[in-house]
Amino acid sequence: MATRGFFGKRPSEGESGRLPPGQYLTEDFPVLSAGPTPRVDLDKWSFTLKDGVRPVARWTWDEFAKLPHVKLTRDIHCVTKWSKFNTAWSGVMIDDILAEAGIDPPTAFTLAHSFDGYTTNVPTADLIGGKAMVATAYEGKPITPDHGGPARLLVPHLYFWKSAKWVNGLQFTQRDEGGFWELRGYHMYGDPWREQRFTGD
Amino acid sequence: MDGSAQPKRLLWQEAVIEAIHAETPTVKSFRLRPDSWTGFTAGQHVDIRLTAPDGYQAQRSYSIGSAPDASGTIELAIEALPDGEVSPFFHDVVEVGDRIELRGPIGGHFIWDRPLGGPILLIAGGSGLVPLMSILRHRAVVAPEVPAVLVVSARRYDDLIWRTELLRRAAEDPNLKVIVTLTREQARPGLRFGRIDMGLMADALAGGLPALTYVCGSTPFVEAAANLVLAAGVPFESVRTERYGGSKV
Ligand SMILES: Cc1cc2nc3c(=O)[nH]c(=O)nc-3n(C[C@H](O)[C@H](O)[C@H](O)COP(=O)(O)OP(=O)(O)OC[C@H]3O[C@@H](n4cnc5c(N)ncnc54)[C@H](O)[C@@H]3O)c2cc1C
Repeated sequence: MATRGFFGKRPSEGESGRLPPGQYLTEDFPVLSAGPTPRVDLDKWSFTLKDGVRPVARWTWDEFAKLPHVKLTRDIHCVTKWSKFNTAWSGVMIDDILAEAGIDPPTAFTLAHSFDGYTTNVPTADLIGGKAMVATAYEGKPITPDHGGPARLLVPHLYFWKSAKWVNGLQFTQRDEGGFWELRGYHMYGDPWREQRFTGD
Repeated sequence: MDGSAQPKRLLWQEAVIEAIHAETPTVKSFRLRPDSWTGFTAGQHVDIRLTAPDGYQAQRSYSIGSAPDASGTIELAIEALPDGEVSPFFHDVVEVGDRIELRGPIGGHFIWDRPLGGPILLIAGGSGLVPLMSILRHRAVVAPEVPAVLVVSARRYDDLIWRTELLRRAAEDPNLKVIVTLTREQARPGLRFGRIDMGLMADALAGGLPALTYVCGSTPFVEAAANLVLAAGVPFESVRTERYGGSKV
C-alpha cells in the first residue's frame, strides 16, 4: 500500500544496498536497554563459560586482557530501526575464548548473560567461525557504560539486542532457550536481512 | 508478572486517521482506528510503516498515549523533529481520513497494569510522556488507589503535552502527585525550573520509595533521569526505561 503523500528521504544508492529492510542510517549511536545503565567495577568483573549449569572456564578482567585481542569493523542494525555503518570494535573472538578454555562448543545453543540479569540467545554457530567477539573497546577507547562497557557481546550480523551489553558469560544450553526480549515477543534468531524483529516474522 | 500476551504474529494492518489535534507548537496527536485491533497494555507502542510510490519504505515506533479501552481506536502523539523523515510527514502531510500502515501492540517490559501494583513513579522528558500518559489514564480507571508520582520535564509551559488534562488530574486525584519542570522558561507558580536534579528527586520520593519506576524520553534524558533515580536509592531492578533516541554520542 503506498502512503498518500509520502516520498521519504531515501538513502544514497551506495548506502541502500547496505541497509536491511525497514532500517535507516544514523550517524549517532542510539541506545536500547530495558533499564538503567549498570556501573560494573573492573575488579568485580569476570567472564564465565558454562556448559549447562557447570562452569568450565572463568577470567578476571586482568586475565581477560591477556587473551588475544583483534579488531572487527562492521555495520550494526538495531531493531528500533537505526543502522550504523563501519562501527570499529576490538576485543576477543569467541573462537579464541573457546580455544583458551580448551573446549569445543558442547551444544548448538548459547545463552549470553549480563551483569544486570539480561539474557539473550544466539545459536552457537553464529558465535564461532570469526563471526562474534566479546568487545572491550569501541573506536579505540574503552566502551562507555551506556554502550555496554566494560565488555559487551558483538554479534553484528544479528539485530543488536543480541549483542548483550555488560556481558559476563556464555552458557551452552541443550535447547534454544529464549532470553529477555525473546520471551517478550521478539524473534528467537533476529536476522535483520530477513527482518526477523518479532515472533513469527 | 511481566510480559503481556503477545500475539503469535504481528501482522501489518491499515488504520484510518480519525482525528488530529495540535497539542503543542511541536506535537500533534492522532487518533487512529486500526482495521482489526485486539487491545494492548498501557506503555506499549506500535510500529508505523510508510511506503513511497516506488516501494521505498520507512518504519518508526510510536507509543500509545490513550488508555486501553473498548473504542477500537488508539491515540498517538508525535513530536516534529526538524530534519526528520517520518515525524514531519505526520505534521505536514497526514490528514483526517488518510490510511496508515501499522502493526502492534509491541513491548512486553515497559508496561503497567493493575496486577503490577504500586506505588509507581513515572518520569517523562518531552514526548516521553506518551506511554506514561497511557499508564496514568489506565490507572485512573482501574486502580485509582495506587499512589502515583509523575515527573514531566518540558522545554516551556506551552510544550507540555496534554497540559489541561494533566493539571486537572493533579488537582482532582488525591493519590496522584504531578511535578512539572520547565528547562527553558522561568518557573510559573507551582512549577519547577531547570533540568531534573536531586532536589526534584527528593520531592518526587517524599512519600517513600516506589515499587516500580518508568522513565521515558530521549536517550540522554533517560540516562540522566535513571542515574538520578538510582542515586536516590531506588532499587536497580525496579526501574524500567524506554529510550526514544537522539543521542549524539
Ligand atoms: C519504542 C519507541 C517509542 C517511541 N514513541 C514516540 C512517541 O510516542 N512520540 C514521538 O514523537 N516519538 C516517539 N519515538 C521516536 C520515534 O520513533 C522517531 O525516532 C522520531 O519520531 C524521529 O523520527 P523521524 O523520522 O522524524 O526522524 P529521523 O529522520 O529518524 O531523525 C532526524 C534527526 O533527529 C534525531 N533524533 C531522532 N530521535 C530523536 C529524539 N527522540 N530526540 C531528539 N533527536 C532525535 C536523529 O538523530 C536525526 O538527527 C519512539 C521511539 C521508540 C524507540
